[in-house]
Amino acid sequence: MGAQVNTKSLLSGAEAAVVQFENVGMRYGLGPEVLSDVSFRIAPRSFQFLTGPSGAGKTTLLRLILLSVRPTRGLVSVFGEEVSGISSGALTGLRRRMGVVFQDFRLLDHLTTYENVALPLRVQGRAETSYRAEVVELLRWVGLGERMHALPPLLSGGEKQRAAIARALIARPDLLLADEPTGNVDPGLGRRLLRLFLELNKLGTSVIIATHDFGIMDAYPARRMVLGEGRLKVEG
Amino acid sequence: MARTTSGPGAPEPALPPTLRRNAPLVPTDSAASRSLAAVIAILTFLAGLCAGAAEMVASSAGQWQGSVAQEVTIQVRPGPGRDLDADIARAATIARSEPGIGDARVFSKAEAERLLEPWLGSGLDLSDLPVPRLIALRLAAEPAADLKHLRARLTEALPGVASLDDHALWLQRLSTMANTFVGVGIGIVVLVLVATGLAVAFATRGAMAGNREVVEVLHFVGADDDFIARAFQRRFFGLGLRGGAIGALLAIAAFALAGLLARAARSGPAGDEIEALFGAFHVGWRGYASVILIGVIASLVTGVVSRLTVRRFLA
Repeated sequence: MGAQVNTKSLLSGAEAAVVQFENVGMRYGLGPEVLSDVSFRIAPRSFQFLTGPSGAGKTTLLRLILLSVRPTRGLVSVFGEEVSGISSGALTGLRRRMGVVFQDFRLLDHLTTYENVALPLRVQGRAETSYRAEVVELLRWVGLGERMHALPPLLSGGEKQRAAIARALIARPDLLLADEPTGNVDPGLGRRLLRLFLELNKLGTSVIIATHDFGIMDAYPARRMVLGEGRLKVEG
Repeated sequence: MARTTSGPGAPEPALPPTLRRNAPLVPTDSAASRSLAAVIAILTFLAGLCAGAAEMVASSAGQWQGSVAQEVTIQVRPGPGRDLDADIARAATIARSEPGIGDARVFSKAEAERLLEPWLGSGLDLSDLPVPRLIALRLAAEPAADLKHLRARLTEALPGVASLDDHALWLQRLSTMANTFVGVGIGIVVLVLVATGLAVAFATRGAMAGNREVVEVLHFVGADDDFIARAFQRRFFGLGLRGGAIGALLAIAAFALAGLLARAARSGPAGDEIEALFGAFHVGWRGYASVILIGVIASLVTGVVSRLTVRRFLA
């Protein structure tokens, strides 16, 4: 909590950032730095695209926000909490406030679509009857109402993507991270999914969408965080 | 696995009735699971056999001890210039007058000589040999006999002629043997349970490595280490319960079968020997209870070890 106080004092009264990076550097092992001196701030209820060529470090940046890797140098704060030396209990608490759509979906193949989407609520220890209606409603909304009993290996790429998005949204996260969420769908569905993210953003969720789909980025004028050669440039 | 929504109060009638809702989070790899359950069943079976056998030896030894301790013997030796029959009568009188002695039976000369037959053979004239004579005393349940006092009185009345044997040496050897059997049995049961724990730890590490992605996804969707450990524990406890139950049932069936066979063979000459050695080949409720207890402990060990292994793996 002390870290939160520090962040607030730095921002001199401004609302605490959802994510804040200060001079963050990241390298894997002894390799070259994937990210160098990256500093940015994600405000509450904001919407931004994270873009850049393949291999520019988008996925690494998302992994840093997700706290699945730690920075080699610099400070990372998530929901006002500085994450170096964070306890595993606090880490779980922060992750429950995030929703994430992975580029490779990461659905659990032995669980049905319904069970996969319900997973974030199930791991919170909630009874199945308490969330059944919400899960079914969201599944129908993303067009998977007829596929809720199917196992992921039987879903098409687009269906898997929608299931992954539904899983990220079901717990109404404060922060949504999506890695190439429109990569496997036709442009029409891509725009529909973007509308879904915008709806969520209007309800108060901060959204970061990593993409190099300019069609999507041009469809909605939002802040663009452009990564190139490990350095970040913010546009808009 | 499939749960139906039929029944009163199902809020979503449009849901497919066979929709599966709470499948185990850790995938059940059937081949590895069956192998682990089989290993646990075999180990539980072996531990159950050991425990039942140890219990049988302990209870048989207890029966022998009980019957041997019920009796003490006075030995009256012929001495030069002494009237053996008078000495015997005197010793018997002293014994009968002692409180706690229920009954005193004097072995006749012929009976005493018959006792020597296994060693000396039959048809010998033993009248010239100084064959000692025995008085078998049966101890009463109440009051307890003071054997030390009886021994002192016999020594005083018939010095160097009469001696009292309370079978203490035999009882001690019997008890040592029975305790050794029980100790070895407990040791083997403990070893088998340790082996079960190690097998489970190994299997859990394998399952964790094989399900690395599942664990990662669970972490990302907000599961804490305890939740993940519980998911693995539930799966392995189920396997342990299945293996433990099968092993314990097989051990109980083996004892029941051996008991039936022993009872069937009792009419023959071998049956007498088996009965002499094992009593009535009766494991008793304590034996069966210990077999069931081992099954339960094996399942608990499986659950606890898998949980600890997962916690260490995640840490």
